[in-house]
Amino acid sequence: MLAFAIRRLFEAVLVMLAVALISFALFRFVGDPINQIVGQDTSIADRERLREALGLNDSVLVQFVRFVWNALHFNFGVSYQFKQPVIDLMLERLPATLELSFMAAVFAIAVGLPMGVYTGIHRDSWISKVFLTVSLIGISLPTFLIGILLIYVFAVQLGLLSSFGRGETVQLGFWRTGLLTASGLKAIILPAITLGLFQMTLVTRLVRSEMLEVMRTDFIKFARARGLPDRAINFGHALKNTLVPVITIIGLQIGAIVAFSIITETVFQWPGMGLLFIQSVTFADVPVMAAYLCLIALFFVFINLVVDLLYYAVDPRLRLDRTAAAH
Amino acid sequence: MKLRHDAPALPFAAGPNKDTDMFRSLLLAGSVALMLTASPASAVTFKYAFQGDLKSLDPYTLNESFTQGALGNVYEGLTKRDKDLKIIPGLAEKWEVVDPLKWRFHLRKGVKFADGTPFTADDVLFSLERVRSEGSDFKTRVPADMVGQKVDDHTVEFILKTPNPILHAEWDTWYMLSKSWAEKNNSVAVQAATMQQQSFIARNANGTGAFVIESHEPGVKTVFKKNPNWWNKPEHNLDEVIFTTIKSDATRVAALLSGEVDWIEPVPVQDAQRISSNPATKLLTGAEARTIFLNMDQKRDELLYSNVKGKNPFKDVRVRKALYQAIDIEAIKAKVMRGTSVPSALLIAPSLFSRGGEFKRHPYDVEASKKLLAEAGYPNGFEVALDCPNDRYVNDEAICQAVAAMLARINVKINLRAVPKAQFFARALAAGGYDTSFSLLGWTPGSLDSWNVLLNLAGCRDDKGIGGPFNFGGYCNPKVDALAKQILVETDIKKRDELIFQAFTILHEEVSHLPLHQQSLSWGISSKVSVVQRADNQFLFYWARKE
Repeated sequence: MLAFAIRRLFEAVLVMLAVALISFALFRFVGDPINQIVGQDTSIADRERLREALGLNDSVLVQFVRFVWNALHFNFGVSYQFKQPVIDLMLERLPATLELSFMAAVFAIAVGLPMGVYTGIHRDSWISKVFLTVSLIGISLPTFLIGILLIYVFAVQLGLLSSFGRGETVQLGFWRTGLLTASGLKAIILPAITLGLFQMTLVTRLVRSEMLEVMRTDFIKFARARGLPDRAINFGHALKNTLVPVITIIGLQIGAIVAFSIITETVFQWPGMGLLFIQSVTFADVPVMAAYLCLIALFFVFINLVVDLLYYAVDPRLRLDRTAAAH
Repeated sequence: MKLRHDAPALPFAAGPNKDTDMFRSLLLAGSVALMLTASPASAVTFKYAFQGDLKSLDPYTLNESFTQGALGNVYEGLTKRDKDLKIIPGLAEKWEVVDPLKWRFHLRKGVKFADGTPFTADDVLFSLERVRSEGSDFKTRVPADMVGQKVDDHTVEFILKTPNPILHAEWDTWYMLSKSWAEKNNSVAVQAATMQQQSFIARNANGTGAFVIESHEPGVKTVFKKNPNWWNKPEHNLDEVIFTTIKSDATRVAALLSGEVDWIEPVPVQDAQRISSNPATKLLTGAEARTIFLNMDQKRDELLYSNVKGKNPFKDVRVRKALYQAIDIEAIKAKVMRGTSVPSALLIAPSLFSRGGEFKRHPYDVEASKKLLAEAGYPNGFEVALDCPNDRYVNDEAICQAVAAMLARINVKINLRAVPKAQFFARALAAGGYDTSFSLLGWTPGSLDSWNVLLNLAGCRDDKGIGGPFNFGGYCNPKVDALAKQILVETDIKKRDELIFQAFTILHEEVSHLPLHQQSLSWGISSKVSVVQRADNQFLFYWARKE
């Protein structure tokens, strides 16, 4: 177990370095940050001095090594556009992204699961067909379009929900939350739906096909023969047996939700890390881009690591093989 | 607003389902809570949204019009500019030019910073030192060799080495800081990208202006509160102003249409109609002081990115004029800018130069243009690449496409390279070696004065850009440079205007650039508010009113 974890950690470090190197190679193509940092009246000599001070005249390799060295000391530099340490900026934006991702995941499960169960049991009812059509829309429409449509209907036409931002927020220690105020809760509804729609359809379809599978098995027939009520059969027996793959998929999808929140955050001006990243690309704000990409890579690596370790813990066959090989 | 919040329950009321009931009561609870927390009816809150961020609050960090405008509600300069951009007294009650090398400013008495300390001559001298210290983006606000002297607590003299008639032209955005506050809060150094720590002044403000800043989350939200102790009589009736960034065009428009914000900028051209036809919103347009023009490389001996080898067609004034006359500026105005631009014959807006109206564009004439090209030795035209930003100016890429189509008619084939501004400027500016043959640029002189244009856009420059940093085409005429030198020190306004007129005449005759138009400002506002739109596109809400 320990050897397995250490090997995984070592691989994770390699992945992180590769991500950092690739992103650094790409940064050369986003443009020159200097003109974004200063106004038009700044003299050429001052521009050159700034370029030298920021180390932009060094080769990509030197800049990369410096970045890695500083990152190891938890120093990601200073944002060119905000003139503020990147680490502070990230910590300020992280809660917004995590809250949005969490609510999107809750939405995906809370809506997707019942829809999946229903369509799995009543496969021919017209409500099932409506559900499946909706899920088809969710899977095929691009996120930004769904976002704009929701804004148009619920904010502009009906005036019910807000079209941008987080509403009022409350500071709890380092965490700034929008989940404790009425306007904050109102503001999270549309972006959470937009972000979670794809995952919701995924859950619906997965649960549906698993349910169809399980409903055909002998133990369900036996349960019926015993005269158990439908409710106990559907939820107590059938659903339980569908959950293993569903949990796996949801776990893996959480990484995707966090990473793909970029588009949703841009459409709804949600002040999270994805929006910060998009702003940084326009401004060639290399320190922020580098830190963001590394953070997302770390996130994925971490989730994969946890999943791997869970498999190892859950699946006895993996352990048996290892012991057998060792002997 | 309150009525609206009650409405959401209705659409969900139909189903007996437990979940929707939950949702419904949640929404109801939400709207009740909202009513309870809503501020009293008398408080007026003005909300506005811009596509970019208000980054640092340090007023010397970034010389950019939106930031200057936002901070101009909080900080003030010795001078101010009124609604028509005329220079008026600010923190200085009056000033006199004692002799061409000595200016005396009489400071307004009884002015206090937000923290209660009085504004005195020491603060002016401190601001002078700070604005030209390392990291300041406003060094050009004051001549490097100017000396400031305190006469008494409310009189300051500035001693110059050379006469400068426009010394105070940009002092409306050279904001005065409190010396004691900056020293106490470790904010003497200007917040710069090279600093490892964020200083206090980047997140907090202490000005003398109409508003104070209550909270500032960079890139997210800034809350301004009315300054009850402002020395001036407020024209506005606002108690609170909330600024938010909304980057996405569609969302920004939606926020205005749904009444969540009262002011947005910019309005995307395709949504202008929708905003003006909506009874709850209005479109406010006007000519901006920014001129859009094309640069032609006249410096290199061989044109880059072209099929002409061994020579540079743009060195020939006939070729430059041919391109000028092939551009149908009225068509660009009608089709690309939907009627909102003002075609221009000059590199400066006519409103910024008293004799600007005397210049007329070379007429649009394809036949004359073809003839000029043939005379210059290019009867079959040539090929050249046009570099263009696609996220900097109003419809910048579309303008370039239109230009390319028009030049195709005289057989000048354009390879259009439209890229984001960060990449465009990386290539086209001095640091990129002016690596462009033909490019689009927009310019607003920071001082709103012609000398800035003659220096930055038309001054003879070397390869590093010394002499004329934004002169992408490398146009050079020593006569223009000599005139610019005279203009800089000429204090007689009439003579000075005559010199400027001569310089612009040379640029016009020699077709140093291809001026296109002044782009338009386009603000979307709620019908409930009235605001002042100034041609330099600074939004100063101390002139705004809301019902």
